Amino acid sequence: MSRTVAALLRKELLVELRTLESVPAMSLFAVTTFVVFHFALNRSVVDGDLAAGILWVTLLFAAILGVNRLFVADADQGGFDAFLLAPVDRTAMLVAKVITLLAYLVVLELVAVPAFALLLLGPSIGDALPDLIGVLALGDLGVAVIGTLVAALAVRTRARDLLGPLLGLPLLVPIVIGGARATSPLLASVHPTAPAARWLLTLGLYDLVFGLIAYALFDFLLED
Amino acid sequence: MAALHVEGLARRYGEREALSGVTLTLEAGQTLVVFGPNGAGKTTLLRVLATLLRPHAGTVSVLGSILPEQSWGVRGRVGLLGHEPLLYRELTARENLRFHARLHGVADGRVDELLDAVAMTARGREPLRTLSRGMVQRVAVARAVLHDPELLLLDEPHSNLDPAAIELVSPLIGSASRRTRVICSHDPTGGLAEADVVLGLRGGRPALLAPASEVDRSQIAELYR
Repeated sequence: MSRTVAALLRKELLVELRTLESVPAMSLFAVTTFVVFHFALNRSVVDGDLAAGILWVTLLFAAILGVNRLFVADADQGGFDAFLLAPVDRTAMLVAKVITLLAYLVVLELVAVPAFALLLLGPSIGDALPDLIGVLALGDLGVAVIGTLVAALAVRTRARDLLGPLLGLPLLVPIVIGGARATSPLLASVHPTAPAARWLLTLGLYDLVFGLIAYALFDFLLED
Repeated sequence: MAALHVEGLARRYGEREALSGVTLTLEAGQTLVVFGPNGAGKTTLLRVLATLLRPHAGTVSVLGSILPEQSWGVRGRVGLLGHEPLLYRELTARENLRFHARLHGVADGRVDELLDAVAMTARGREPLRTLSRGMVQRVAVARAVLHDPELLLLDEPHSNLDPAAIELVSPLIGSASRRTRVICSHDPTGGLAEADVVLGLRGGRPALLAPASEVDRSQIAELYR
């Protein structure tokens, strides 16, 4: 299966590099949203709960842009059929798409987190960064798994641009809640502390449950 | 054992019946040519045989595997050339074929061999979106035979190809390829010349099924009236 995953990943990377359809749009959306928050809140800096909420909600909506585009080239250019005709394990496509979306989210965060620190965040992000990376990684994994599942379900429908967010957002809200609660103490102006273990466990468990659901369902989503 | 055995095949899209009561047998190495007006069910038949659509009724056996239960046994043994080239527009011809080669476990050398066979070596490093439709169709032919399939499912394989290109792809998908073939066609003369067995579809139902030697052009023309 690793050979198939590698072939799919290489294809995903080439298509994204040539079209630049997903990652630039996601990054631009996130930065623009921070600018809008900066003016709309009429505050030059935010911290704690508010900062964590703004960061996670922005990342969530930016991720939805990537989720909506994830299978479009495959659906529109016959990639699904070509894959289904090959004697390969269909889980390879799930794995490749999850890794692809994870990579998109990492690049998004490489742009969005410094922009957030620059435009809105009060406390310095330096000390919080190692823990923040851990929380973001747990959140990203869940977003990537759920996003892939939802995108595969929505892409073959006529209302795919509507159905993706409609199905995805309710499933992704627990990740935003867990992520924001875990991030909030990291971004506190006074006495920042490590994230509470229960929120990290919640994120980890949610990732695991949806990882298993995706593994069980994905083959059926590709079937006629 | 027959390469294809279909009995009472039916397939619906929602309420609409796309195929109904299709029964046929095709021996290995033979060519079945399917005629019929637009919407007659030709493409649906090919997609069922390719395991991309499930039959809703009847029995379908392809290369000894019963569909859909044994679809796994068919994948990788069938080459499908449909209306869509099944190629990514942003990738080059070479990148597309290498991608398919990796999915099918085929060596990269086969990619060069086929690009050469369809005279696309010189343009093989250009994105597909910059190529003409005829050139894309030539790459699609190379993609369909990349893994040396036993059964070729060809939906109007010569569309967009000029006479020189038709001659070029003939060793790959023509009778000289010695593969079992199912071809959808609107060309009575060319189709009859290729066929061992002829199936005529009208409204998803078989209106003609006979050895090619017993079919004349007027019978095919009748399908389109």
